[in-house]
Amino acid sequence: MEEKTLIACEDATLGYEGRPVWEHLTFSVRSGDYLCIVGENGSGKSTLLKSLLGLLKPLSGKVVLDDSLRCGAIGYLPQQTRAQKDFPATVSEVVLSGFLSARRGRFFYTRQEKAQALMHMGKLGILEIKDCCYRELSGGQQQRVLLARALCAAGELLILDEPVTGLDPSAAQDLYRTLEYLNKKEGIAIVMVTHDIQNALRYAGTILHAGQKQWFCGSTEAYLASPYGKRFGGDRA
Amino acid sequence: MSLLLEMLTYPFIVRAFVVGILVSLCAALLGVPLVLKRYSMIGDGLSHVSFGALSVALACGWAPLPVSIPVVIVAALLLLRMTERSRIGADAAIAVASASALAIGVTVTSLTTGMTTDVDSYMFGSILAMNRHDVVLSVVLSAAVLLLFVVCYHKLFAITFDESFSRATGVKVGWYNTLLAVLTALTIVLGMRMMGAMLISSLVIFPALTAMRIFKRFRSVVLCAGILSVLCFCVGLTGSYLIGTPVGATVVLINLAAFLLACLLRRLCGGKSA
Repeated sequence: MEEKTLIACEDATLGYEGRPVWEHLTFSVRSGDYLCIVGENGSGKSTLLKSLLGLLKPLSGKVVLDDSLRCGAIGYLPQQTRAQKDFPATVSEVVLSGFLSARRGRFFYTRQEKAQALMHMGKLGILEIKDCCYRELSGGQQQRVLLARALCAAGELLILDEPVTGLDPSAAQDLYRTLEYLNKKEGIAIVMVTHDIQNALRYAGTILHAGQKQWFCGSTEAYLASPYGKRFGGDRA
Repeated sequence: MSLLLEMLTYPFIVRAFVVGILVSLCAALLGVPLVLKRYSMIGDGLSHVSFGALSVALACGWAPLPVSIPVVIVAALLLLRMTERSRIGADAAIAVASASALAIGVTVTSLTTGMTTDVDSYMFGSILAMNRHDVVLSVVLSAAVLLLFVVCYHKLFAITFDESFSRATGVKVGWYNTLLAVLTALTIVLGMRMMGAMLISSLVIFPALTAMRIFKRFRSVVLCAGILSVLCFCVGLTGSYLIGTPVGATVVLINLAAFLLACLLRRLCGGKSA
């Protein structure tokens, strides 16, 4: 797969209603990258995520998405909401809804889309439960379903918002291994907001740390050597 | 059969059937996303606002529908905004809005005309309330709702299931939410005078709840809610004609019976409780 820059953040100031949360943010996500965004609560992680998804315009500077990501073709895995926990829908209904981006005006899913959805479900090991009801699945299975939906939406980049929250440790490890597989074998770039710093350090190639109006972005090794890394993830070594 | 034919010889019952079937169909279809998005209380709030608007219109001698429709649509949009903005305050806000609207309606009425049968029929519904305009309006409304569900079915599903994901993939979530709120407002204004302000919201909530007990597929839930709602209305209206009870209350009781039956079925079939 050719190397290309999927997301480029150039000297961007991000924030709400004129109040900057991130200043002079510069980083990029290239195909095949694995980037974890860490930091305390309220440090602006969700602001950054909204900007990457194009839901929030930068106050200054630029957030440039690759052409393949325009028109809503973004593989996004949001935090689960309470309403979803008892939602009456089958796994395949949920997965197929990933194909629905703004540019589609058709009423039905095409045969090709259905085949692709089945392929993604197979890849994530949820093919045998495709007619099960979403609300009857375990937390780990639900995350896989949402992951399959995200894959239907976009094949090159996944953006995950605290995907392991609420999962038990073994389900979390399963999810990490799945993400590693998608990253290494399929070459899908991964951007993940997480509180699970140990696993972030273990799997990610790049760490973006959000602090109070400051930030750090660099490889995992550089992060561990930095003051942030020493304070935040130091107990690993 | 002869009973049905006998009923249909009265033009007001024919109108009640037509409006009722269409309104219950719309209410049930709209109810599925509303209930799943935790907006059930909006229907209840809107019916009270609608009651307030109708009573004020009546007291001032204005035509009821042209006054109440815009008021309720505005209320629907406001309630929707409130629900979106602050998750915690929303239910309290709706409760306050509906109680205030009810109080305004009752106060204005008692100051001017006094509690007439008109006001009573707004509270608990009356089969006589439907006129030719309502028939036309309900046909137009149900056409709009059906069109929305057929054309935008997949988008509605995506928005109901996961707003953040839909937003990220470029679906105009706000626009669809507004559309849902406006159509709900219209359904409630229309249905309220037959079902009653106190009872109309059950038409939105009950079929969706019942269907969710029985089915696991979103498409089946939507279809089942629509069919069930129409069925319950027809049984309820016939029943109310037979034993001389108010339509609204009878239809709600039939809906309750269907819901309990569905719960029982689920329990018997060993479905997981969740």
